[in-house]
Amino acid sequence: MAEASSPTHQAREWLASILVWGTAALVTATFCWLLGDIVWHGLSHLSWTFLTTSPESAGRRGGIGPILVSTLLILGVCLTVSLPIGVGTAILLAEFTSDHSLFGRMTRRSLDVLAGVPSIVFGLFGNAFFCKTLGLGFSILSGGLTLACMVLPILIRSTEEGFRAVPANYRLSAAALGLSRTTTLVHLLLPAAVPGLLVGLILGIGRAIAETAALIFTSGYVDRMPESLLDSGRALSIHIFDLSMNVSGGDANAYASTLVLVILLLAINGTAAWLAERGLHRRIVTV
Amino acid sequence: MRPADVHTKPHPLYPTDEQPSAAVPAPLIHVNNLSLHYGDRPAFQDVTLSIGPGGITALVGPSGCGKTSFLTALNRLTDLIPGCRVTGEIRIENLDVLAPQTDVIRLRRLVGMIFQKPNPFPLSIQNNLSFPLREHGLRDPVQIAHTTETVLQGVGLWDEVKDRLDSPALALSGGQQQRLCIARALALSPAVLLMDEPCSALDPLSSGLVEDLIVNLRGRYMVVIVTHNLAQARRIADAAAFFWVQDGTGRLIETGTARQLFEAPRDALTAAYISGMRG
Ligand SMILES: Nc1ncnc2c1ncn2[C@@H]1O[C@H](COP(=O)(O)OP(=O)(O)OP(=O)(O)O)[C@@H](O)[C@H]1O
Ligand SMILES: [Mg+2]
Repeated sequence: MAEASSPTHQAREWLASILVWGTAALVTATFCWLLGDIVWHGLSHLSWTFLTTSPESAGRRGGIGPILVSTLLILGVCLTVSLPIGVGTAILLAEFTSDHSLFGRMTRRSLDVLAGVPSIVFGLFGNAFFCKTLGLGFSILSGGLTLACMVLPILIRSTEEGFRAVPANYRLSAAALGLSRTTTLVHLLLPAAVPGLLVGLILGIGRAIAETAALIFTSGYVDRMPESLLDSGRALSIHIFDLSMNVSGGDANAYASTLVLVILLLAINGTAAWLAERGLHRRIVTV
Repeated sequence: MRPADVHTKPHPLYPTDEQPSAAVPAPLIHVNNLSLHYGDRPAFQDVTLSIGPGGITALVGPSGCGKTSFLTALNRLTDLIPGCRVTGEIRIENLDVLAPQTDVIRLRRLVGMIFQKPNPFPLSIQNNLSFPLREHGLRDPVQIAHTTETVLQGVGLWDEVKDRLDSPALALSGGQQQRLCIARALALSPAVLLMDEPCSALDPLSSGLVEDLIVNLRGRYMVVIVTHNLAQARRIADAAAFFWVQDGTGRLIETGTARQLFEAPRDALTAAYISGMRG
């Protein structure tokens, strides 16, 4: 008690407070400044025409219609593939593999390593495997599949955490009522694991939608409107990269495209959260 | 007041103060030389006992002597614990519990369990009851509604919750949650009800309600209850079994009618434990 009120102790408390608040303020300020800058420069160019027309003169003029379509298709392929595999693997790891088994440890370790691999490595892998070995060429399909590989480790690990966070007594009380493992999984564990899944999904989508390196080598950067999943298509992030690095006079459209990317990201996150919330309330009723 | 399709067996099996006589129906649970290990560590060893139908049997003993482990062996919840090994023989009705080919789903419908901490699912009150029923093949909404009402009345919860069956079960008080859990188990009309310290997480009032409820179940279900509350065991039990830790493993020391075990224990350990708790 005497210690707590001593001058040095108080000074330390102060210092700690200042550091914590300062860091928080710094992070928030940086984010606001970034966002403000993008909105400030991008908003004036944003219009319905911009969203729906094709780019002209390498993107200096015109819009981002085909690019938006390609981006959404790539993301669609990525999620269609990664969600079922991700949830399946997470269930296998969390519910059917003991913590100490060799298989469990090896898989977890590999996933953690994979989650930290730079995206360019995934790009080269995707190029070698999907484009060349499987003969899919530079295509939206190749790009989506490559992104799926990149997103899977995060998705699996956080969904697995979601399952592990479900209290053990749900499993016991369900078993004691003679409910089968599958029933317990589908009706009790899965809904309870949704928050974890959601975190993984949001992190994954965030990583996927902002990806350039992995997509340059796999989905290419043709800016025409794609006609099938086997067509090459330019993703929004590549478009932004191209406009700001390779095209002089492309800054205005680069800003507008960035704004679209940010809005897209926020919209997807919002929808995911809303869907999960609704799904949860339909089946699961918590306090 | 009675749950829908409960077994109506002739019961009081233990004549008030004597050991069961020859006229009494054969015991429903037969445990022979049962041992349970977590990995290499034994939780209890060589337990042999028989429990007859209809009455309330109390398991008492100090912490860590394997009472919970014993209960979970009876409905094979031990299957869920990695590294847990059960040897010996358990027969419940005609079921060879430990045989690998035994249908555990059927076993667990026959043997319900109530845990120390109330553990309703994070569903509505109604769904806590109808979800297990549906999973066991009862689809008819009228019948589900009927069973819901009967079991909730059976545990004295109907009047408290009948207007809010769709609100979350987790919003109920601890005592109400525990009674809901009992109702949930009763809805499946088991023959045996295992209760692991069902009152110990509750306040005295709720605890009293649950105790009265257990007394009400006498004769219709066979109740095996673990309790640290010896006074409670004396009040409600027909038969009792005393476990103790010897050489790092749980042992069954003495069984008998509740009155005999609490008033004239044959074993010195039992006597010491009971008088220790009394004083
Ligand atoms: N899941 C488990 N894994 C490993 N050891 C366990 C496990 N559960 C119980 N044990 C051990 O087995 C022994 C018996 O435990 P058990 O829970 O059956 O005792 P209990 O009589 O119910 O005690 P209490 O009165 O405190 O509830 C204890 O030594 C305990 O540490
Ligand atoms: Mg216990």
